[in-house]
Amino acid sequence: MKEPSTLPFWSARPYLVSSLAFVLALFFSVVVGAVWIPPQTMARLLAALAIPLDLSDVPPAYQTIVHDVRLPHAILMALTGAALASSGAAYQGLFRNPLADPYLIGVASGAGLGAVIALALRWPATLGGWLVVPVAAFGGALLTVLIVYRLARVNQSLPTTTLILAGVAVSSFATALTSFIMLRSRDELHRALAWLLGGSTVNGWMPVWAAFPYIIGGFLVLWSLSHVLNVLQFGEEQAHQLGIRVERAKLWLILAASLTTAAAVSFSGLIGFIGLIVPHTIRLLWGPDYRRLLPLSALGGACALLLADLLARVALAPQVLPVGVVTALAGAPFFLWLLRRAKSEFIW
Amino acid sequence: MKIGATLGLQAIQVAYNGKAILKDISLEVRPGEILALVGPNGAGKTTLIRTASGVLTPTRGRVQVNGRDLNLLSPSERAQWMAVVPQAHQLPATFTVYQTVMLGRTPYLGWLGFPRKEDEDIVQQVLRRTQLEDLASRRIGELSGGEQQRVLLARALAQNTPILLLDEPTAHLDLHHQALILKLVRQTVQECGLAVLLAIHDLNLVSLYADRVALLVDGHLQREGRPAQVLTKSEIERAYGVEVELLEHPRLPAPFIIPHSNGSSERVAYVG
Repeated sequence: MKEPSTLPFWSARPYLVSSLAFVLALFFSVVVGAVWIPPQTMARLLAALAIPLDLSDVPPAYQTIVHDVRLPHAILMALTGAALASSGAAYQGLFRNPLADPYLIGVASGAGLGAVIALALRWPATLGGWLVVPVAAFGGALLTVLIVYRLARVNQSLPTTTLILAGVAVSSFATALTSFIMLRSRDELHRALAWLLGGSTVNGWMPVWAAFPYIIGGFLVLWSLSHVLNVLQFGEEQAHQLGIRVERAKLWLILAASLTTAAAVSFSGLIGFIGLIVPHTIRLLWGPDYRRLLPLSALGGACALLLADLLARVALAPQVLPVGVVTALAGAPFFLWLLRRAKSEFIW
Repeated sequence: MKIGATLGLQAIQVAYNGKAILKDISLEVRPGEILALVGPNGAGKTTLIRTASGVLTPTRGRVQVNGRDLNLLSPSERAQWMAVVPQAHQLPATFTVYQTVMLGRTPYLGWLGFPRKEDEDIVQQVLRRTQLEDLASRRIGELSGGEQQRVLLARALAQNTPILLLDEPTAHLDLHHQALILKLVRQTVQECGLAVLLAIHDLNLVSLYADRVALLVDGHLQREGRPAQVLTKSEIERAYGVEVELLEHPRLPAPFIIPHSNGSSERVAYVG
């Protein structure tokens, strides 16, 4: 096997491997659930997505469960995971800090606050209403990332200690405000609490359509800047000397990463550590080139969150855990391991 | 490649927090020559390199490339005229030598940074010239300081610019790597007619490799000229505040500078 970081960036194998993993994760996510559906029926229901089939003999409940509950839920989880992982990778590159993660640096909490303010005003009923929520979350995310960046910056660099401390402080503040607003809106309390712990609380296709344009758009902007992210790893001064418009590139990166995070948080709640575990795993497997790292992180993130969600649904079935609990249980130890490594060497 | 460019600094003044760091510096670096920038720590050498490369904007005066103001060029245009070799520290450890050198092609690459055949050829050529071919697939974190510095030189050469700025490229390097870097620069100047501005501490290396020297003291240009004119006992003692002895190189018309250590002359006298 070739050294991971010498793999040419157009090499197809990493994409094949992660796409395959993604398709499998998506498959199991739709097939497995609280209601047992006979395999033959399941196969027909899945096939019906691609080709027109007569489903009149299938109980309508099964059809609803697969087509209108499990499938949109799985796609929302995939989009969320892809968004968190790719924006995590982008934040790490932008801040030149391996511990930057939308959750740890407070962006997710800020987005959550924005989303909750929008939701508290009125729980949306139309697609137009749904599309407003990510915009409010985007405002919150942008505000937090700028505050944290300002607080954490020491001269030209962004040290881990100040970044994490500022992230924790701002994040706690935003979460406190979020809880306050939630307590005031009594009727939605249960739904809101589940959301806060990281878990999709809404069913159907509406949130998928509402999140989709923001996540795809944000990702495409990030991907188009992946060469810039590579150059930025040598510092802003060298990037400038290599012909990059550094300030403009940083602005676009912050906007796109925050939008992507915000759209994910709006409908899936506060899910931590995906943006940390996935990009670092991809780096270890296939090297640090952002042109490859970003798309592979998106696929890997989709995969990871689908699996975490599956685990959350089956571990204590019929009870459903918030998926954020699962990612935190797996992610926190990983974070500590990373912290120890980051102390001793440059890991990326 | 653009051929033969002159880098002009005209009455440059740079102030930071109201304190003047560079005071009225005028210099010209012409194609085919190495201008060494020397002076005590804190004299403003690095600030001058950063100003010349467009990272800092001078409070007064102008930086020109072939008579055109630097700030009228777009960043990628500027990076096609001028490359900078920074000091090798805190490099992203997992990038390979090849990837790093390829980043020198950034000003020529399109969207997503996909390299063309031409870019790959240039990188291969530069790797050969800098003797990095065998290390191409190694990660830069695994290299020695001297090798890392050579990678950054290679990246700048891959930029294919007529002007090259170097910020103390030989600091912390052993004799072998010092000579290797400067020989490569010298060779490229002769073959491609580069204009080179080289900030450097070691006066003896200046004596060997530079065509002209600018002696910077406390933000002022104290003296500028050929090494034999600038590196004199009186200029050096005035600039650095240490007593020195000048020797002749056994084979070259280059002055060699040796500082007195405290009381060494007496000890030599006793031994003698």
